[in-house]
Amino acid sequence: MNKEFKKLGVIVLSMSTDSRFVHKIWQEEELSKMVEGGVPFPMLSDAGGKIGSIYGVYDEAAGVDIRGRFIIDPDFVIRAMEVLTPEVGRNPHELVRQIKAFQHVVATGEVTPSGWEPGGVTLNPGPDLVGKVWEVWKP
Amino acid sequence: MAKMKDGCVKPAGGPIIPAAEAQAPTGSVQKEVAPMLAKVGKEAIDFEATAYVEGKGFVPVKLSDHKGRWIVLCFYPGDFTFV
Repeated sequence: MNKEFKKLGVIVLSMSTDSRFVHKIWQEEELSKMVEGGVPFPMLSDAGGKIGSIYGVYDEAAGVDIRGRFIIDPDFVIRAMEVLTPEVGRNPHELVRQIKAFQHVVATGEVTPSGWEPGGVTLNPGPDLVGKVWEVWKP
Repeated sequence: MAKMKDGCVKPAGGPIIPAAEAQAPTGSVQKEVAPMLAKVGKEAIDFEATAYVEGKGFVPVKLSDHKGRWIVLCFYPGDFTFV
């Protein structure tokens, strides 16, 4: 997956309320045994949840940042967010799909319909397309 | 890798909010909780945090250091948990 992110020119930052010391030991004691070489991206510490609060993911009762994921474009605009309660893990394939779709949209000015995958039909919004989407795209 | 040196306590950094916004009038009661500011289609809110980076050790990371690239920012509940 990290190769994929590299290919797309994406930098990944992970963040939890754990200290940087805990991140280090987690990397050394567990993550490096799950993934060869460990987690390759910076593991940030949001002690106190101040950053999580402004990103809307800090759970004050539990004192932790819940599972939130943000895609930020090169102009520093937030393009997408996904926030889950802790019990369910993310789907990295959907993350990659969304990044590819946003990169395509930025590069071409086209838009991507529901469920779009690279190589799939894209749409060029404009007066001529109104009421005619069915001609070029079906779910 | 150079030997890492680090003290026990370091300010966490935290959000970097433009002064004008941070000082916006909040009425007579000072709000305890920072309002959620992140929105899709709006500029990301910058922050600085200390990080652990494999091979580099403990380094400060600023979100805006990566301006100009696609960034994925992932929050998660905790190290040594299960999912």
